[in-house]
Amino acid sequence: MTAEAKKATQASPAWLTALPEMAVPVLAVLTALVIGAIVIWASGANVLVAYRGLLEGALGSMRGISETLVIVTPYVLSGLAVMLGFRCGLFNIGVEGQFYMGALFSVYVGFAVKGLPIYLHLPLAVLAGAVGGALWAAIPGFLKAKLGVHEVTNTIMLNYIAVKTVDYLVKNPLRDKASTIPRTPYIATSATLPQLLPPYRVHLGLFIALAAILVVYWFLWKTTLGFEIRSVGANPDAAKYAGMSPTRNFVLAMVLSGTLAGLAGTSEVLGTNRNLPAAFISGYGFDSIAIALLAKSHPFGILPAAFLWAALRNGAGLMQVRAGVSIDLINIVQALVIIFVAADEIIRRLYRIKRPREKISDVVFTRGWGH
Amino acid sequence: MTTALQMRSCSKAFPGVQACDSIDLDLEKGEIHALLGENGAGKTTLMNILYGLYHADEGSIFLDGEEVRISEPSDAISRGIGMVHQHFMLIPVFTVAENIILGMEVTKNSLLDRQTAAQRIREFSHQFGLDVDPDAYVKDLPVGVQQRVEIIKALYRGADILILDEPTAVLTPQEADDLFEILRSLASQGKSIIFITHKLKEVLAIADRITVLRDGRVVGTTTPEEATEAKLAEMMVGREVILTVEKRPAKPGDVVLRVTDLQVLDERMYTAVDGLSLEVRSGEILGVAGVQGNGQTELVEAITGLRPVASGQIEILGQDMTNGTPRRIIESGVSHVPEDRLRHGLVVSYPLVDNLVLSTYYRPPFARGIVIDNQAVEDNGKRLIAEYDVRAPSAYTLAGTLSGGNQQKLIVAREFSRPSKLVVAAQPTRGLDVGSIEFIHQRLVEQRDAGCGILLVSVELDEILSLADCIAVLYKGKIIATVPAGEATPEQLGLLMAGVREEGAH
Repeated sequence: MTAEAKKATQASPAWLTALPEMAVPVLAVLTALVIGAIVIWASGANVLVAYRGLLEGALGSMRGISETLVIVTPYVLSGLAVMLGFRCGLFNIGVEGQFYMGALFSVYVGFAVKGLPIYLHLPLAVLAGAVGGALWAAIPGFLKAKLGVHEVTNTIMLNYIAVKTVDYLVKNPLRDKASTIPRTPYIATSATLPQLLPPYRVHLGLFIALAAILVVYWFLWKTTLGFEIRSVGANPDAAKYAGMSPTRNFVLAMVLSGTLAGLAGTSEVLGTNRNLPAAFISGYGFDSIAIALLAKSHPFGILPAAFLWAALRNGAGLMQVRAGVSIDLINIVQALVIIFVAADEIIRRLYRIKRPREKISDVVFTRGWGH
Repeated sequence: MTTALQMRSCSKAFPGVQACDSIDLDLEKGEIHALLGENGAGKTTLMNILYGLYHADEGSIFLDGEEVRISEPSDAISRGIGMVHQHFMLIPVFTVAENIILGMEVTKNSLLDRQTAAQRIREFSHQFGLDVDPDAYVKDLPVGVQQRVEIIKALYRGADILILDEPTAVLTPQEADDLFEILRSLASQGKSIIFITHKLKEVLAIADRITVLRDGRVVGTTTPEEATEAKLAEMMVGREVILTVEKRPAKPGDVVLRVTDLQVLDERMYTAVDGLSLEVRSGEILGVAGVQGNGQTELVEAITGLRPVASGQIEILGQDMTNGTPRRIIESGVSHVPEDRLRHGLVVSYPLVDNLVLSTYYRPPFARGIVIDNQAVEDNGKRLIAEYDVRAPSAYTLAGTLSGGNQQKLIVAREFSRPSKLVVAAQPTRGLDVGSIEFIHQRLVEQRDAGCGILLVSVELDEILSLADCIAVLYKGKIIATVPAGEATPEQLGLLMAGVREEGAH
């Protein structure tokens, strides 16, 4: 863009100019569903039956809605975790591992501590989960700050270590001897996140997740610490010039990201599972990257993105039953959404949405190696 | 003379701004035609229309009297129009010859025929006095020579009309003289040249004719014989401009910055600042003159805490600040106008108000505890934007959308609004238009008169001569001479900048 074009003034209010920008993710989702419909049609199934099944499975009954919200909870928390990293210019691929560590710490406090009232035991268990995620994320944070090792490599490796460590502990020292399948003992009732509408499974973790959205927004945009994290993410050189410490902020952002990821694991064991089984394959950590991308790295975008992902995951079963379409179709739709959001030029061409005159991205997804 | 190019009533609008408003331009064969105007006047847009990078909303282009449609750069190239951009489009790890033939390679038995290519380039450079070794790697060449490679590249593709966009912005005075020599030689052999610039001296030195643009319109066309610097500046800005900086004699006070035997390494771990010593006193501007790449960047970054000091000492206001953190240095009373405003000076994705508190956000009145007071941030922003005349639609406009001049005013506003005792200004007016330069120079002198010590590092000799009270010449990481500004002449400084010391001084 030339200097001449820069002279252009931005007359319309901010929300109006932001509107077509917000339309991009929405249109990405719709376009992905249309292509998904073509795939269903090509496989010989009935598109209407399939999508109706998907919708009813996700939202067609109280149970469906409750199950969707059960999945929304860890998705929101882990999506926030990835998003917070992005805001500091860090790509935390280690959410999966931090999720496991959070689950491990909280489940341990949940079953091993006994005789506490709920108003002490539950907060303690939640706190333990947050600490577990934070500690696990602090490792790559320090490695990056002190040695300049890129966080992507470290977080990936730490995922494997976390998964295998948890697997070993659950199968050996922490195993519930009374059970035939390898899992930890059930947590005490005093450490359980209460159900909101029994008998439905949706639990208090949902409110923790919703509160986390507000807290993360407030932290990033209304506090000096958030200002520093965003500055380091947007321009580490300028941040350093202005007296901020990029390395300190890398550690802080990783720890906070890990805290959120740990809380996601916590909500899963204290609210949904109530124990930690050995075959605890969450996949939340990786889906959370997609959710953060779809949310355009804004906390308020996390909720709709997490809801969509949860609804797709939850409704897929009924879709398969009704129309005989494999649940893998959902993976295709999700992949397409991410492609369209990441390569938004496709959507802009398709729907003639003009790129903003000055495309200034305030989020750098990841920086080069050795930076 | 015959007309090589005519542009007739060319218009181009961007949302909210008429970048070019019915512009007429005539270019004669063998002419050097300067296109003069401030940033945002429409020079680059007009040339991008001619080169096929933009489509004009209205207007027509005639080449040799024949109307042509240019919708892509390849159309322009095939019709003999070449452009040398401000930022070179060269591949550093390729040789000169490889860069020049890139996209139109000569082959022999379907293999790249480097020999023939090099031979052709050599003949070619000889014809126009463009002295370049075809086998040298571009990364090893000084900027001035890289520019020659760009010119040869355009000529190699058959350019008869050559557009140069701010070609001297990256050159030393000597390199600029060499470039002018080459341009004259090209013009005398029938090439027509459009020379985009906002520097008045250059225009008078090189142009055959001058067209001045302002706000997307042609203000007038004149020749160097008829024009003066003052008249051109007035045409450009639309009002009378004070070209010389008015300042009273300096009243030097205590030493605010003392650098002793400083050694600093560059990225490749070579010594960039090599045993340098200097002193800046309050109420005085010390100008550091020198050709780019003699350790200026490293010196400034070491003083401001952005780069480690290998050895030596930096003392600010009597306190040892060697290897101090940027925050400690800022808090001791140092303001820094950085050399690279986009890399260090601004967060381009932040609104103006946030950029204005980039180094003070954590202190009252902007923060209570860890909570930022947005009202205080906004009040501060609005006040500074008005006071420093930053032209922006709103206080929440993103900094990256401003013109270079306004971005620099924004940085100056932030840095000078802090109470400071030492100002480190690195290339404070690089790439700016006349109006902004005037503004920033005045502010620097104001800071001096308010009792600040100012370290002004600039490769623009004119800037040093008009602002500094004392001039230190930097050569290969050392100060090789310090002269009072009153006694310095451009010739003497030019020689010192090239490393030539006066006899007996060694």
